[in-house]
Amino acid sequence: MNKLLVPVLCVVAAIGFLVSIYLVFYNAPLDYTIDPETQRLVGTSLFFNQKIYFFHVPNAIMLFVAVTVAGCASILYLWKRTPVWDDLAAATVDISVAFGAVVLATGSIWAKAAWDVWWQWEPRLTMSLLLWLILVGYVLVRKFAGPSADRVAAGMAIFGMVGVPFIYTMVGQDSHPAAGTKGVVATQGHAMLAAFWTSFATFLIWFIVLVITRVQSTRAERELRELRERALDLGVLE
Amino acid sequence: MLRHAFRIAWKDLRIEVRSKEIFMTMAFFGALLVVIYSFAFPNDQTAIRGSVPGMLWVSIAFTGTIALGRAFDRERENDTMRALLLAPVPRLSVFLGKAIAMAVLILGVAVVVVPLLALWLNAPLFAYPLELAVSVGLGALGMAVIGSVFAATLLKARSRDVLLPVVLYPILLPLFVAGTKCTAGLVAEHPNLEAAHYWISFLGIYDAAFLVLSLWVFESLVIE
Repeated sequence: MNKLLVPVLCVVAAIGFLVSIYLVFYNAPLDYTIDPETQRLVGTSLFFNQKIYFFHVPNAIMLFVAVTVAGCASILYLWKRTPVWDDLAAATVDISVAFGAVVLATGSIWAKAAWDVWWQWEPRLTMSLLLWLILVGYVLVRKFAGPSADRVAAGMAIFGMVGVPFIYTMVGQDSHPAAGTKGVVATQGHAMLAAFWTSFATFLIWFIVLVITRVQSTRAERELRELRERALDLGVLE
Repeated sequence: MLRHAFRIAWKDLRIEVRSKEIFMTMAFFGALLVVIYSFAFPNDQTAIRGSVPGMLWVSIAFTGTIALGRAFDRERENDTMRALLLAPVPRLSVFLGKAIAMAVLILGVAVVVVPLLALWLNAPLFAYPLELAVSVGLGALGMAVIGSVFAATLLKARSRDVLLPVVLYPILLPLFVAGTKCTAGLVAEHPNLEAAHYWISFLGIYDAAFLVLSLWVFESLVIE
């Protein structure tokens, strides 16, 4: 089953990307609202610029999922001490650093279109940045801490996860366009909703594929290392 | 458990009282920071009111990190951390003792830095001494608790000096932000006590949550 799982998910994700590109760019309407009485534009009418939303939000949700998964996997690792949980946490964080970079980049582009600044210290942007910093710190620790890297990293993931509600409270009130289905998307009806959920599902599957592959490669790496050590002990290798 | 914790804290503090190594160097470093601030930032009253909270908490962050690294280096040099962990007391006492000693040290440095900020920058830091003391105390406690967990875990790690802030600052960011906002409310031209109290309670809840978490994970993090 494992041999088939990754290729099948890859194909599903590939089809998902094509479908979501079609839905986002050809099917979903442009984002604007016209007041029926005055015949003028109302609210934040972003037109084509709004399309980035369909890639920004799924990635942002992945960032939160990643912090939670890494935190829980790290708790299980400290508890059970089975390396697979450590691998899972490390893989999730590795992948979500890339996803987080996408979130920050697309968020910046959106901010330029909607608020006319590249960066605003606005709650959800701030929060994404702070979460991303924890994840980057985690990757650095794993890379440079040497023998105790796994424990330090696990601690960081757990403390980071517990810190999320505090970061959320700290950043306070927001002027961000409402996330998910309540904001722009809901007002524009089914076409936008379909585009959003297709894109979300695609990114979720893509995320899972990447994490599974990463876990497998880490495991293969470790097995190779152990094999090498055993061979060295037996004198088979020089 | 608490009795042992206080004994371990007392041991650390007694070493410190005799050698004065960490306190003297940290206090001097903190004073140097204040001198740098007074040249680096514009020196008029409105600007000072705006930037003094940041200066205070950046000083606490910097001096605290170095103090943490040095305090745990002491245990590493003679491999006494292993002895402490093997001692017939609960491991939580070891952690609590370390955290208490660190909190006292960080507070000690703050006691030097705050008057210097008030003196050299003419900052109105003593307008609400009680609120300021409580917020700095809670900040030092939170930093000592989380810092002790990671300094102890990083004890055997390579390049632990650079990694300690890399690990600590992302996790401590809410604490520093809350502390800065609290101090900002206290030194503003129109002091905002309501905001200050809100951030003090934020710090309290933050400390409580991470104290519980630290007690819970400390043992499994430091044991190999």
